[in-house]
Formats: sequence, C-alpha cells, structure tokens
Amino acid sequence: MAQVVAVIASTHHPFYYKASTATGADRPPFADEWVAKILRFRETLTRARPDVLVMVGSDHFHQLWLDNMPQFLVGKAPFYDANWYNEEREFGLPRMLLRGQEDLSAHVLRQGLDAGFDLAFSNELRIDHSITCPIITLRPEADLPIVPIYTNIFAPPLPQPKRFVQLGRTIRELVESWPSDLRVAVVGTGHLSLELGGPRQFGPHGPDPEFDRRAVDWIANGDLEGCLSEVTLDSLHAPGNATHGFMDFMLMMGVAGDGIKADYVDTYDLFHTMEAYFTWYPNGAGSAPEGVQA
Amino acid sequence: MSKYLLNKFLFTVDRDPALVERYRDDPAGTVTWWESTLANTILNCTTGESSTWQRFDDEERAALTAHDYPALFALGAHPFLTLTLFIAMFERDHAEPLGFQKQYALRLQHFDLPYPDIAT
Repeated sequence: MAQVVAVIASTHHPFYYKASTATGADRPPFADEWVAKILRFRETLTRARPDVLVMVGSDHFHQLWLDNMPQFLVGKAPFYDANWYNEEREFGLPRMLLRGQEDLSAHVLRQGLDAGFDLAFSNELRIDHSITCPIITLRPEADLPIVPIYTNIFAPPLPQPKRFVQLGRTIRELVESWPSDLRVAVVGTGHLSLELGGPRQFGPHGPDPEFDRRAVDWIANGDLEGCLSEVTLDSLHAPGNATHGFMDFMLMMGVAGDGIKADYVDTYDLFHTMEAYFTWYPNGAGSAPEGVQA
Repeated sequence: MSKYLLNKFLFTVDRDPALVERYRDDPAGTVTWWESTLANTILNCTTGESSTWQRFDDEERAALTAHDYPALFALGAHPFLTLTLFIAMFERDHAEPLGFQKQYALRLQHFDLPYPDIAT
C-alpha cells in the first residue's frame, strides 16, 4: 500500500511569491527572513522524498461559485491549470500547469464515498493560490502529480469543524489503503486569525495574536480534543472574519493523528497575519538527519 | 434583498479586466447595464437559458453605484469579493503600499462583532 511520508500544514500567503522574487528597492524588509524560513520548511518536504502530493485547499470564488457550491470536492484530472487573472493582478502569481494523479483521485473518491463522505468531483479544475502557494514554497519545481481536495471555508453554510477533522482522518486512511508503492505527502493550507474586507484587516499583526498562539499550540501538539472543545463555527468569527480557514488546519491535524506532535514547527509574525508551518513524519519517514537520504 | 446578486455582480466584474475598468470609470452606467443584461445569466449556461427573477433592491443598487464598500459590508456582500474588486479599482490611486487597504479598514471601523451575516 501507499505510504504517507509527510503531513504538512501551512498558511498560504499570496504575497510570498512577489516578496521573495522582488529585488532592490522593491524588496520588502521582511523578505529575507521569510525566504530563509521557507527554505527550511521546504527541506522538510524534500527529505521525505514524495512521489505524489495530496493538496488540500479552498477555492476563493474562482471556479466554485454560489450557484453550485460543493462542501468538499476532489479533483480527478490528468492536468490542472493554475492561478487566475485576479491572482496575477493582485499578487503577481504566475500561471502554472500541474500534473494530476488520477488513480489516487479515483481511489479517494470511490473509497471516500463508501466511507460516508459525499464528495463532489471535478474533471476540469483550475486551481488557485490555496494550492499553488504551497507548491511555490515547498516544491517550486512543480514536478510532482497532485490530487487537489477543496473544502468550503468560504461560503456559508459551512460544514462543522469536526467534519473537517473527520475528513482529515479519512484522507489518511484512504491514502494508506491505496494499492500503490508510491510515497505520498499530504499538504494542506489554511489560516490562523485573518480578516479580509473588514475593519481589522491589514494591521501590524494578525487580528488576534492570542488566538494564533493557542492555535499554534493546538496544531504543534496535535491537540484535537482541546481544539474541538473550543472551536465552533460561531467562535471563529471572533478572531477575524476569514478565520474559518483555520478549519483546513484542523483537517490536517486529522490527517496527522490525534495527539501526534508535529516534528517541525515554525511561525513568522507578519503584518496582516501570522505565518505558520508544520510537518509531521508518520512512522518516522523522512525524519533522518539532513543529508542522510538522497 | 439579494446578497447572492450583489455577490454575483462583484464576482462577474472582478474576473473581467474590461469590466473592472468600466465599473471604476462609470459605476452608474455599469450597474444599470449589468442588471439589465447579466443579472439573470446562469454562469455555466452558454446557450441562452437564464433566470427571470433576479433584480437589485434600491439600497443595493445605490451601494454599488456609489462604490460604497462600507454599505456593501453592511448589506452582507461577501467581504472577500468586495475587497478584491475594490483593490483592483482603487489601489492604484494610493502611493503608499497597502494604503488603500488600510483606508478601507478605517472606513469600516464603526462595525463591531457580530458583523453583518454573509450567508446566502
């Protein structure tokens, strides 16, 4: 069966690409430290030597729209074009083309349906920065086939937080029951406290540093019990009006497992939002010292 | 009242570079034209099937016509859609990085939790 060689949860900051590639007077003062952190984070994926990436993200009203809105959707296509005009316009993101791993998509859909998740699917999906940001930060070669999984953290009514956790646990089981000898990394992105289009947006820090501190503790310790006891659809309004993206972190905690501490934790306090990076190595895969594995 | 239709306006304008400029330059004309031609379009239908019942109420039409993003926030338009489109239209008018985004936040300072409901 396939092996989950890394579980990675990250924020997805669309400004990283522009900040990291800017030079001279255009380069923001926080760029060098940000790049250094990303390079260390990238190494946590590289050393796991994945063959396939399962990518969990959330469409930001690009292809998925209110006339036909799925709660959880799995892409099943040989290719995925990526990034949209308004992401090019606002963030300078490049157009990309990623290969798909259709066998794993089919397995996740069939077995996921049978496991109690009525997953939607797409055979022609143009993915957005919730998935391309971690490709840019973690695998800029964009050379591995992917299985994109979209969640609705954006357009209420939303699924409950516990449902994200359950889906994460199920994704882990589904990947590990895939009859393949390939090495799979599950990479998902969300947000800590975040406000977009509201009065608390674009402050010197994220809108709720105390929530961020607690959230990082929950994730780093795999503390799903503590997290689920406090996080509700209502409670997530308080830290910032876009904080429901935290539920994608909860999904990734479900993938990593209850009570499983992250092997790698890093944060970066930026204007506007706290960046946070976590890696787990199930079964110790990839946790050898740097340089040991080719 | 239709938060859905407000969002549909913001969504369809935001994804069309020509419409972004047209709405920036002529908001009243663009809103009138959009409501009479596109409001009832079902976005994934390409052969003429459409809805028949979509229209703005006066308050919604006025908010869009005035580029009044605090009013759109109050009406429950999706904040991400409003922000993204208004950045596209007006960030260029501010010399300081994030100048427009910070002004935007200031103009919404009178809102406290709970914010207007955005569920559609």
